[in-house]
Amino acid sequence: MAVGKEIRLKIASIKNTQKITRAMEMVAASKMRKTQDRMLASRPYSRKIAQIIKHLATANPEYKHVYMQRREVKRVGVILVSSDRGLCGGLNSNLFRMVIRQLRDWERQGREVMFCIVGQKGNSFFNSIGAPVSASAVRLGDRPHLEDIIGLIKVMLTEYEAGKIDELYVMHNEFVNTMTQRPTALQLLPVKPEDMESGNHGLWDYIYEPDAREVLDQLLVRYVESLVFQGLVENNACEQAARMVAMKSASDNAGKLIKELQLVYNKARQAAITQEIAEIVGGAAAV
Amino acid sequence: MVMTIHVDIVSAEAAIYSGQAELVVAPAEMGEVGIAARHAPFLTRLKPGEVRVRVSASDVQPFYISGGMLEVQPHTVTVLADVAMPARDINEARALESKQKAEEMLADKTGRVDYAKAQAMLAESITRLRVLEKYRKGKA
Repeated sequence: MAVGKEIRLKIASIKNTQKITRAMEMVAASKMRKTQDRMLASRPYSRKIAQIIKHLATANPEYKHVYMQRREVKRVGVILVSSDRGLCGGLNSNLFRMVIRQLRDWERQGREVMFCIVGQKGNSFFNSIGAPVSASAVRLGDRPHLEDIIGLIKVMLTEYEAGKIDELYVMHNEFVNTMTQRPTALQLLPVKPEDMESGNHGLWDYIYEPDAREVLDQLLVRYVESLVFQGLVENNACEQAARMVAMKSASDNAGKLIKELQLVYNKARQAAITQEIAEIVGGAAAV
Repeated sequence: MVMTIHVDIVSAEAAIYSGQAELVVAPAEMGEVGIAARHAPFLTRLKPGEVRVRVSASDVQPFYISGGMLEVQPHTVTVLADVAMPARDINEARALESKQKAEEMLADKTGRVDYAKAQAMLAESITRLRVLEKYRKGKA
């Protein structure tokens, strides 16, 4: 009986797809745990260094590092952190949408933008829309190292020091929880002071050892590196979480589709049998 | 009662210590510094060595750090270390091993080894061992 052969084939193919998505879901789930641990492990450091920088920005330092001086903003540098692979729901497109919106704002204000991009997805997207990408780092894997992105950060810092860009941002997805990832933009340079109300604003200074210049140079570079790196590990955790969720819903959808097709198939088979019986009965009656 | 100061020690990989202390002693670049409550704002680089947190006269906790930065605000001290760990967690066998390896590398005169790296390795393992030894003496 060759009833509904097409339907059977279709069901088989969806089942195969479901197997793949389910496997990817499980892989993402186990990777998510690891990437999350890594993200949480390096959070205290970046939080603390950000806090110190905030203190520093409210002080009145004897040596004004170039990273602390505000100037008129003509060009903006953006370090964009995206994922290397797709199949992670709207993770990258949500981030890109935010970047594009920001880009339009800047364009209206007459500011030029320069990009440094981490991750394959962002790289191909921004190259395809013709955005100026001056450096990129791709295929960093699930366990990125600070050394992998130091070169890229250096490019931006050099541009900043040379006065070619006047502000530096890092944009990435922020991990809120497994279900929610939020695209964020953070201004790294020039360092922004905390709200002006905090009491002793600009009335004190640190004691520096050995001297202000050496300490601040090191601290500020460290600060930028650590925040970009934090963005990278955070984006990684987001990627795995988003992939897990996307693959879970894909598996669920496949299941639903199979159920529906199975129903159609059973009905067709039933109809075929009924018809055959009717034919036999009809034939017997005729004899 | 002695006034206390809040101490945070974080390494690039974890928060190592957080709590109140009477005094914090750290290996600043230009000599060891002791920080008590209401110290003036202070910012310096740290050398590899030992950070001691005196919680009370009878409770002093030593930590090994591989260098980093120190920030002091009147009521908080923050140690940003590259690598940090409590002195009791130092792995003596591994430190000895890396010391030996570094010495072998330095003894190698064929010019194939990276001397700067070997020297750094040697200095690090020696610091670790020194901190550990001091910790044990304090215990005894």
